[in-house]
Amino acid sequence: MDNLVWIFISALLVNNFVLSYFLGLCPFFGVSGKLETALRLGLASTFVMLITALCTWFLNTYILIYAPYLKIISFIVVIASTVQFVEMVIKKFSPALFRALGIYLPLITTNCAILGFAIFATNRGYGLLEGLVFALGAGGGFTLALVLMAGLREENELSNVPPLMKGTAMSLIIAGILSLAFMGFAGLFSS
Amino acid sequence: MPTNVNANAYDEFIKGIWRENPVFVQVLAMCPMLAVTNSAVNALAMGLATFFVLLGSSTLVSLFKSLIPKQVRISCYVIIIATFVTVADYILQALIPEVHKELGAFVPLIVVNCMILGRQEAFASKHPVGLAIADAMGMGFGFTLALFILGSVREILGNGSLFGILLFGQHFEPWIVMLLPPGGFLMLGMILLFFNWLKEKKDKVRAATELATMEIS
Repeated sequence: MDNLVWIFISALLVNNFVLSYFLGLCPFFGVSGKLETALRLGLASTFVMLITALCTWFLNTYILIYAPYLKIISFIVVIASTVQFVEMVIKKFSPALFRALGIYLPLITTNCAILGFAIFATNRGYGLLEGLVFALGAGGGFTLALVLMAGLREENELSNVPPLMKGTAMSLIIAGILSLAFMGFAGLFSS
Repeated sequence: MPTNVNANAYDEFIKGIWRENPVFVQVLAMCPMLAVTNSAVNALAMGLATFFVLLGSSTLVSLFKSLIPKQVRISCYVIIIATFVTVADYILQALIPEVHKELGAFVPLIVVNCMILGRQEAFASKHPVGLAIADAMGMGFGFTLALFILGSVREILGNGSLFGILLFGQHFEPWIVMLLPPGGFLMLGMILLFFNWLKEKKDKVRAATELATMEIS
């Protein structure tokens, strides 16, 4: 039980995917303009991570033991088809949710946070339950970082920024400060 | 016209290094860019691995562009890229195991490097092999250069060394945060700021000369 809590907190705060592993930076800078879209993308990614956790666990335990060199190829194919499948299922059963997620679902395929998650989970030898908890933590951490960034950027729009700094340079420096703040969480478990 | 083709290829090559540098100008491929640039060696290894994957997949995509059906092209590109990444992963593991260990999960993550897929979709699938190779080499070299610059600056500031060789003697107080994640964000922000400044200066000079020529005429 302690182990599961540790995995969750570690992925959520201490080793946040975005702010300390630099995974999923494209959506982090691209889609973090508005709070609401940031939240939706974060939730969609978390959902895909959960399903990926199931699929990769299955692949890793039953298939990849025979052909370890297929790992990268099979993971990316599984993720791409999962995303497409999830998209179709949501479209069929909940058109409202589908409209809300909109273009973000297909974009998740090339989100390195998902593939990164799959590779971390298998490299660390997580079982099914640990993998699912890790997915929740990592997805939650991704959502948290995205929402925080979106909030900061909305505020930043209203402030007086030197023209040279506008755009990506400013976002990167905000992200740097946010990342510094998250480093504080490293002290959580030392005692 | 062979000279024309050569000039074009040269132009495609130079474009990737400077005018359309994938990192500093297009701001693509930030994940590997920031994650592995805590030392010059790691940055260089990552850059070369990406270079290899980009070159291989651009060549293959350009060769087979008439065979790949339009509807499933993205999946085909991804599988081609993933194959080359697997090869690069095994090569790195065989040649420099220590560096491979430090890069860890970030070698497989070259698959989702948006710069590589972007070049297939935007360039290699529409141009003949020669030009595609020139473009891939330019972009790959520009990417490696950018990684190397960021990696060496971070290593010099954060550890006082370059390629593991101490530069400043014993009295240097290392700026450790530069090696940690926040340092990556801050340093790339500073570099982009510098590029913005260069661009603005150039624009100002151009505007001034245009104004001068207008006054003369």
